[in-house]
Amino acid sequence: MRSTTPQGNCDVIQREPGQKIRIASCSLAGCFGCHMSMLDIDELVVEVVHHLEYCRGPLNDVRELRDVDVGVVEGALCNEDNVKVLEQFRANCDLLVAVGACAINGGLPAMRNHFGLTACLKEAYLDAEGVVNPEIPRDAELPRLLNRVRPIQEVVKVDYFLPGCPPPAAAFTELFTALIEGREPAFDEDMVRFD
Amino acid sequence: MTDTITIDDHQVPFEAGQTIMEAARAAGLYIEHLCYNPAYQPHGSCKLCSVKVDGVIQTACTMPAIAGQKVESDSPEMKSRRKTLVEMIFAEGNHYCAFCIKSGSCDLQALAYHLDMHENSFNHRYPVRVIDASHPDLILDHDRCIFCGLCIRASRDQDHKNVFTMAGRGKATRLAVNSETGKLGDSTIAADDAAAHVCPVGAIMPRRGAYSTPIGERYFDARGIDEIDNASGKL
Ligand code: SF4
Ligand code: SF4
Ligand code: SF4
Ligand code: FES
Repeated sequence: MRSTTPQGNCDVIQREPGQKIRIASCSLAGCFGCHMSMLDIDELVVEVVHHLEYCRGPLNDVRELRDVDVGVVEGALCNEDNVKVLEQFRANCDLLVAVGACAINGGLPAMRNHFGLTACLKEAYLDAEGVVNPEIPRDAELPRLLNRVRPIQEVVKVDYFLPGCPPPAAAFTELFTALIEGREPAFDEDMVRFD
Repeated sequence: MTDTITIDDHQVPFEAGQTIMEAARAAGLYIEHLCYNPAYQPHGSCKLCSVKVDGVIQTACTMPAIAGQKVESDSPEMKSRRKTLVEMIFAEGNHYCAFCIKSGSCDLQALAYHLDMHENSFNHRYPVRVIDASHPDLILDHDRCIFCGLCIRASRDQDHKNVFTMAGRGKATRLAVNSETGKLGDSTIAADDAAAHVCPVGAIMPRRGAYSTPIGERYFDARGIDEIDNASGKL
């Protein structure tokens, strides 16, 4: 089977013996399907906990982000807050991994790019069938929406890409195994699927 | 004595009038292509079949084979140029493979896999194009049209109906339908026309039957586009 090694730089992660690789993840405009696939690595979890430390993510709700080795980003950029979180990840992670169609080409959320933002808001909050108290939310607490949904590599540099919706668990397995073994990941054909 | 050209390390014989693509195929060599289909006149528009002929880039599907030519095709440089082209095609339209019924049997997607495209180095255009669902048996989804012109050629040369044409220029190029309203439903195309089945991507699709083959069991799921092309002359 043919497999491909991306032009990444996994070797930037240098560990002292016994030191764990620090991983963080986030879901921007995504559905958590990619996180589900990441959790689908089955028994590798047992191995992974010896080598990796999960320091921030939607699974533990830690906000702070410091000295992270690998940041795993699911989801597209759909609002200001997504951009802020992404920039925080880029600034604090040695390697950034884009996972899933949403992060890589906008995916499902980008389908709203077909319509203007106002049209989307109108449809969702004013005109749609079954809407009660029609009103477009404007609370200052709510992050402002971007005019267009964007993939993350259009805003920050991304080191690795795991395509798919979601990427197969085998792709995460290969990524984590490569990190633990201190080598470049090599993705087999069946780990690179766009659907 | 037959004349030959050299494609990478292969001595490839050809007959007078053959293109480099035709000679390569006859010899069992795969050159990536998208707008080329052996059943129709070459169109030379997608540039996926770009090769270096004596150092100059040419499209193999239109370039006549001439004795003694040295053709570079299967090299890292040409592969990387082709990958760039595929990225551009993806970025130019709206390709959401995860919810496209053509996924798994799409030439463009199979080429992306074949050329190891994991991402896109171009910014996505997200053009706004309107789907044409006016036909009872066919859907014309302009989002996925790659302007390969195969439906135009099939409709003109095989169905003799001239249902399709290309309109506009540059980034405003669009596939247009020859009918009073411009709608497919008002054209003369029929579900069993060649033009209804020739689309290499998911732009012209039959209605019904979507998802009748599960993902994972589709055309390109078992092998790469290069194997199928060589094995059975698929297309
Ligand atoms: S890529 Fe697919 S699975 Fe992942 S967040 Fe987007 S929609 Fe969900
Ligand atoms: S036409 Fe092909 S490349 Fe485009 S969305 Fe459908 S499967 Fe993907
Ligand atoms: S509809 Fe299909 S066959 Fe016709 S030009 Fe577009 S991609 Fe090519
Ligand atoms: S296949 Fe030759 S230009 Fe498209």
